[in-house]
Amino acid sequence: MWTLFHKFGSPKWFFGIAGRLMPWLLALGLGLLVAGLVWGLAFAPKDYLQGNSYRIIFIHVPSAFLAQSVYLMMAVAAVVTLVWRMKLADLFVQAVAPVGAVLTFLALFTGAVWGKPTWGTWWIWDARLTSMLILLFLYFGAIVLGSAISDEKASARAVAVLILVGVVNIPIIKYSVEWWNTLHQPATFKLTEKPSMPPEMWVPLLLSVLGLYLWFGWLACYRMQTEILRRERRTRWVRELVRAEGH
Amino acid sequence: MHPLRKKRLTIILFLLAGVGVAVGLTTYALRQNINLFYDPSQIAAGEAPANVRIRAGGMVEQGSVVRAQQDLTVHFRVTDFASSVPVQYTGILPDLFAEGQGVVAVGRLNTEGTFVAEQVLAKHDENYMPPEVSDALKKAGVDNPYTESTVTQ
Amino acid sequence: MAFDSLSAFLTMEGHGSYVWVCYCVFVLLLTALALWSRSRRHAVLREQRRLLELEESGTREQAPAAATFSRIHPS
Repeated sequence: MWTLFHKFGSPKWFFGIAGRLMPWLLALGLGLLVAGLVWGLAFAPKDYLQGNSYRIIFIHVPSAFLAQSVYLMMAVAAVVTLVWRMKLADLFVQAVAPVGAVLTFLALFTGAVWGKPTWGTWWIWDARLTSMLILLFLYFGAIVLGSAISDEKASARAVAVLILVGVVNIPIIKYSVEWWNTLHQPATFKLTEKPSMPPEMWVPLLLSVLGLYLWFGWLACYRMQTEILRRERRTRWVRELVRAEGH
Repeated sequence: MHPLRKKRLTIILFLLAGVGVAVGLTTYALRQNINLFYDPSQIAAGEAPANVRIRAGGMVEQGSVVRAQQDLTVHFRVTDFASSVPVQYTGILPDLFAEGQGVVAVGRLNTEGTFVAEQVLAKHDENYMPPEVSDALKKAGVDNPYTESTVTQ
Repeated sequence: MAFDSLSAFLTMEGHGSYVWVCYCVFVLLLTALALWSRSRRHAVLREQRRLLELEESGTREQAPAAATFSRIHPS
C-alpha cells in the first residue's frame, strides 16, 4: 500500500495518468454541466413560491458545494504535505487555490443576486453568509502566503498550516443554518435524506453538481501538470517533454 | 508508519483539536451575537432589549395581517407557535411576504411590546416544488406541508 | 419547456435579469479560469524552452565563435 502511495507521489507518474484522464473528465464534466444547466434553466418547473428566481439554485448550489469540497481536499493535501513532505500534495494546493477562490466568489455572488428578489436584500451578516465570506478570505490567504514566500518548501508548509487552521470553518459553514438563527434556509440536498424537492428539480441540480465536480477535476489536472512542468524543469523527462512540445 | 511522521501527524491533530476547541468556545460565548434574530419566545421572555435595534424572526401568523387604508403601514403578528409578537411596518414588503411565511424584521421593540420594523426580509425554507403540486396539496387540505418542520429553524 | 415563448424565457416573469446575470457570470468566470490556465501553461512552456535553448547553446561554448551568433529555429 505504501509503495502505491509513494508512486502516486511521483510527479512523472501523475503527469501521465492526468494526461490520460483529462479528456474524459472534460467531456463528461462539460456534458453533464451543460445538460444540468439547460434543463434547470429552461425545462425544470418553476417554484410555487419563488417563481423563476429559484433557477439560480442550479449554479449557486454546485459552486458552494465545490467551494467547500475543494477546501477540504486542500486540507487533506496539507496534512500530506506536513507529514509526508510529498511534492504532489503542495502542487495540488498551489494549483487549485485560485479555482476554489473563484468558486467561493461565484457562490457568494449568485447568492446575493438570488437574495435580492427573494429575501429583499443583497447581503445580510448571518452566520452562513459570513462564514462563506471567511472561506473566500482563507483562499485569498493561501494564495497570497504561497506567493509571498519564495522558498518552495517553507511556503508549502506555511500554506499547509494556514489551510489546516482554517478548516474549522467548513463545519461552521455546513451547520451554521442549524446551530444559529439565519436568514439562509437549511440545506435542500442532504446525503442521508431525500432531497426536499421533486425529481424534476433535483435531477438537473445533481447533474450540474456532478458536472462541475468533473470539470474541476479536469482543470485541477491541467493546472497541476503546468506546475509540474515549471517545478521539475531540471529532470530529464520534463526536458524531453518540453523539447518534444517545441517541435 | 515512520516515527517522525507519526510525530508530525500527532502535532497536526493537536493543532486541529486546539483550534477547534478555541473556535467552539468563542462561537458558544458569542452565540447571541451570531444568532441573526430573536424568536418570539425569546422576546416574550424578555430576553430582547427594548428600544435597541434588533432583529425578530418567525412566521407571519395566519389571519393577522392588517393593511392600513391610507398608507403602506402593515400590522401583523410574528409567531413561533409558542409565543407571538405584534409587528408594525411602513414600506414595501418583499414579494415572498405572506401569511404562513417566514420573515426577519429589523427594528426596535417599543415599551408597549410592539416591534416597530424598519425593514422586513422574507425567509423561505429549503423546500421547492412546482406550483401545480402546491395547488394540489392545498386542494387536499394540506395548507403547507412543510410549515411544521420549518418553524423551529 | 417550462416557458411558452422566447420572450417569456428571457424575462422569466420579472426575474430574468437576476437569473441571466448569474448564469452569464458563472459561464464567464469558468471560461476565464480555463483560458487563464491555458495561457499560464503556454507561458511556462515558452520559458522552459527558452532556458533549454540557453543551456544547450551554453554547452556548445567551445564551438567556433560564429556558432554563437547563429539563431536556432525550432520548427
